[in-house]
Amino acid sequence: MFAKRIIPCLDVKDGRVVKGVSFVNLRDAGDPVENAKFYDEQGADELIFLDITASHEKRKIILDVVMKTAEEVFMPLTVGGGIRTLNDIRDLLKSGCDKVSINTAAVKDPYFIARAAEKFGTQCIVVAIDAKRTYGSLPDATGEKWFDDKELKEVCLKIPERIPYNPPLHSPLARVDTDGLKMGREDLSEIERGVWAISTHGGRRIKLIDAIKWAKKIEQLGAGEIMLTSMDKDGTKDGYDIELTKAVSEAVRIPVIASGGAGKLEHLYEALKYGKADAVLAASIFHYREYTIREAKEYLKSRGISVRL
Amino acid sequence: MIVIVDYGMGNLRSVEKGFLKVGADVKVTSNPKVINDADAIVLPGVGAFRDCMRNLKDKYLIEPVIRSIQKGKPYLGICLGHQILFTESEEFGLTKGLDIFKGKVVKFPENNLKVPHMGWNTVKIIKRPPILSDIKDEKFFYFVHSYYVLPDDNGLIATITDYGITFVSMVWKNNIFATQFHPEKSQELGLKILKGFKKFIEKA
Repeated sequence: MFAKRIIPCLDVKDGRVVKGVSFVNLRDAGDPVENAKFYDEQGADELIFLDITASHEKRKIILDVVMKTAEEVFMPLTVGGGIRTLNDIRDLLKSGCDKVSINTAAVKDPYFIARAAEKFGTQCIVVAIDAKRTYGSLPDATGEKWFDDKELKEVCLKIPERIPYNPPLHSPLARVDTDGLKMGREDLSEIERGVWAISTHGGRRIKLIDAIKWAKKIEQLGAGEIMLTSMDKDGTKDGYDIELTKAVSEAVRIPVIASGGAGKLEHLYEALKYGKADAVLAASIFHYREYTIREAKEYLKSRGISVRL
Repeated sequence: MIVIVDYGMGNLRSVEKGFLKVGADVKVTSNPKVINDADAIVLPGVGAFRDCMRNLKDKYLIEPVIRSIQKGKPYLGICLGHQILFTESEEFGLTKGLDIFKGKVVKFPENNLKVPHMGWNTVKIIKRPPILSDIKDEKFFYFVHSYYVLPDDNGLIATITDYGITFVSMVWKNNIFATQFHPEKSQELGLKILKGFKKFIEKA
């Protein structure tokens, strides 16, 4: 019986675990190895370290963190953040991590994915997609132009018939029936529903590439898995972006990890059931011990989701 | 001493750490001589079948590995180390394997399931190998692969797993044990298998 995976994510800065809300207001919350052991004992299915260390000199610290963690826990470990070169990947794999998650380097040069997959195998190349909802068709279809958040807002507002940039989302789960998810948005045009652009540099930059097309492209290039974060939902604790998760999950044959927005156990269920994700990533709900991994799994099992208990 | 064959691929470190955790005397090497002198061989590995065979060949490791197996030394193959025991793989056209066992390595069929088969799945024991003596039936282990083995001889089948189709997740014959799943990534139960292998060597 194949199980859906529950994956806690630890943000690591200069060798310490932190977790912020929408990538700001970081709070220090402990030692990575101790956290990893804690999740290992709770029965987490995998673990992700997201390295948010800013300074280049301190980037080697993560290798030490990985090495110490790999001595203590025997579960799949992914490291993401700041990976630029094949050497970065090699060093991490050698330190004892199993997969690396790449975002900015892949967007800058998609063939980096292909080179990495060829050298280390597709199974260890996770491509992170940080998706941000934009309204209107993407103005720069070639995807060559970069926008920061402010410019994007201007671009969107310049198109007069478009609804304003980033309006409050309709609750995507407003209408759920037993057949599955009804978004309550089917009657909206594509322009009104919006599309997802991809963002890099931890959400600070937007590239107007359709996230769904990007997902298909990275699959072709050899990504083994997609870690899909909704930048609109990240840190909100009001649920994953189910529409986004479903759209990406159905567009590719590789596994999709849903991320961004988990605040209650029901949200995990929604992402797995309606978003068709293969795994769910969560940070703060586990990190601040609001729920244990075991509680999450027992809840999911009670609602008919296959999990490893 | 258990020797982990280093052929320049895969996450050898976690296999080494796993064996250290269960108190085994273990060494990672790419030296054919050390492999010849080993009590037991472990061939881990993730990645592509073709690269695995090519690297083993380039490092002159094919012969010492085959010889060790034929001499009756305990062998533990993990993932690729499991697949390369067979005659050939469909990956990148056809690539020849070690041909210790007759059979093929084939890709998961195109259906609605995600490939790679990545994550935790249950293992049903068909014929219990000694290294699984402490493992209950239908327990979860961690898998990452897109191909699986089709042995000609059904007598090799130790465990099976369902993923859209039923595939062989472990083979066993005499001194040869090979798992498609990763014991070194399967938490406590995985370590029990490594411990089982250690015990088997001590008895051998």
